[in-house]
Amino acid sequence: MADNFSDKKPSRRQFLAGAAALGTGATTAGSLSASDDDPLITEVQEWAQITGDGVDATPYGLPIEFEKDVVRRNVGWLTADTISSINFSPIHALDGTITPQGCAFERHHSGAIELRKEDYRLMINGLVDQELVFTYEDLERFPREQHVYFCECAANTGMEWAGAQLNGVQFTHGMIHNMEYVGVPLRTLLNEAGLNAAGDLKGKWIFVEGADASSNGRSIPMEKALDDVLVAFKANGEALRKEHGYPVRLVVPGWEGNMWVKWLRRVEVMDAPVESREETSKYTDTLADGISRKWTWAMDAKSVVTSPSPQSPISHGKGPLVISGLAWSGRGAVTRVDITIDGGKNWHEARLAQPGTKMALTRFYLDVEWNGVEMFLQSRAHDETGYVQPSKEELRKVRGLNSIYHNNCIQTWWIKSNGEVENVEIS
Amino acid sequence: MLKSRELFMISSACVFGILLVAINFADRFVTQLPENAKIVPMDLDSEFKLIAAAYASVVAPRVGKFDLGRAATKKEVAAWNRDISPDGTGLPVGSGDAIDGEEIFSERCAFCHGDFAEGLDNWPELAGGLDTLADEDPVKTVGSYWPYLSTTWDYVKRSMPFGYAQSLTDDEVYATVAYILYSNDLIDEDFVLSNESFFDVEMPNTNGFIIDDRKIAESHFWNKNVCMSDCKNEVKIIMRAAVLDVTPEDEES
Repeated sequence: MADNFSDKKPSRRQFLAGAAALGTGATTAGSLSASDDDPLITEVQEWAQITGDGVDATPYGLPIEFEKDVVRRNVGWLTADTISSINFSPIHALDGTITPQGCAFERHHSGAIELRKEDYRLMINGLVDQELVFTYEDLERFPREQHVYFCECAANTGMEWAGAQLNGVQFTHGMIHNMEYVGVPLRTLLNEAGLNAAGDLKGKWIFVEGADASSNGRSIPMEKALDDVLVAFKANGEALRKEHGYPVRLVVPGWEGNMWVKWLRRVEVMDAPVESREETSKYTDTLADGISRKWTWAMDAKSVVTSPSPQSPISHGKGPLVISGLAWSGRGAVTRVDITIDGGKNWHEARLAQPGTKMALTRFYLDVEWNGVEMFLQSRAHDETGYVQPSKEELRKVRGLNSIYHNNCIQTWWIKSNGEVENVEIS
Repeated sequence: MLKSRELFMISSACVFGILLVAINFADRFVTQLPENAKIVPMDLDSEFKLIAAAYASVVAPRVGKFDLGRAATKKEVAAWNRDISPDGTGLPVGSGDAIDGEEIFSERCAFCHGDFAEGLDNWPELAGGLDTLADEDPVKTVGSYWPYLSTTWDYVKRSMPFGYAQSLTDDEVYATVAYILYSNDLIDEDFVLSNESFFDVEMPNTNGFIIDDRKIAESHFWNKNVCMSDCKNEVKIIMRAAVLDVTPEDEES
């Protein structure tokens, strides 16, 4: 994504998300001593007497005002203009695995456009028996599928290649969301156009592009196109949001987010990749010797502790502590997550909230009894192919510092004894 | 085959039953037939079979094509099918040189990319950076990084200028691309870039790419025997994000 990570301009002050203010949490809710009578219980509260909103107050609801800080944020210095930029999902404040659409990260190359269903057209052209045009209504008449998949920008954690940089999991790992999609398999639409004209499908490609000004064209090998690629129009039960490609986007399970073309308008069957701007000058990974990898589509297994983290410090002091995080793999299901609290000296297997599913986020927990000791917290994902999330050092050994994309390294949070958390690198 | 026949029988029986009940009810509540109406005797049995068959065909999934969508017209395909491949497929007839291109560039592109394609602020620099890819801070431009000239033509035509995409004519695109090449010292100022001279231009980083080799180069990451205890002796902080201090501030605080 971002055009130039190395050209950064530091912001003015440190961001600790109120960690210092919260401190050890002596006066926060839930810490009252047993002998005090809690006026929230002993006194009749306003909300227990008067009435609340009627059912006509909020035809479509937003989160309650007390959650207004759980929003997407962007990093100003990252890109030249917010129209061609990215923001980050507030994963420090979410739990479970489904990302609500309203706070799921956005990445636009020419801004989020408004495209009515009535004005929507999808063209299938190129090496097909009959070049076709579908309307939105047409798409809703094909047999549908429903799947949960994560979408991760290839540049997620990209700012951390050269060192610990952004102090918040939202910024280090928030270029990701996980939604339940409904749509039509791309293979169904390709079959409708007919692939006999393409001959031997081995080595054939599709080129997909969006209706926005960037068009964001990408080439995808036919094997993937016929496998699990989805032409999606619903996410988390409702229509896609404008910023996620309303009315129709491509879902390319496990592969970098840039290929998930939004406002999908055209699929061309071809005998070679186009080598478009987004698959040559961007989304290619430059190694230390100056040679760059291309076609690095799959997102390797990765995990991160979302809480505690710099934006979600420990505010309750010693005692029971829920360590929680997310794990995922673009190569299949997450099978296991290990957690260390001592910077990798000893590891403990985390509890998966549910068994991992292919190319979807998995929530993990480790329930501990924190005694106030300083911790170096890390998580390490394993996937069904046997891949184990590497350390930053191991990744750098192979890729150097200038890859920008596909940084799936193990993240370290330094938990201080007062509960504050900082993004660090350790030996 | 047997299964579908069974299903057919069951659904036929169901439909028959429903119709029987319906007719029974309908019989009771319909108004009387006019006196001069003629009652046509019907072969009820075969009628029901026909209806049942119609329902069964509704619930049977379609095999093969759905006959949805419509044929794209030639003009429609031509309007959208604008991608240019490395071998020149899709490249329209036309031409332009860096002199014309400079004018277009300064009017339409320099606002972001700078007069010399050097890139203003955080906007992409398009020129320079040759032989910097292995440096600490590589400068990736059309000249230093982009492997194919077709990519530049394709992108300028379809996605640029930023904020008014698809507004350059084919000749203007040739001229603009020529100016970008000239800014990278890849062509002389009198070189006319056209669909015919396109492949006279050599892109310096054409051979600078390899296909994803992670499964080989990183095969050691597929390692089931991970260390779980006493994996290292000492842990020290070697870098802190708070020291670098580039995190956006919370608007609330």
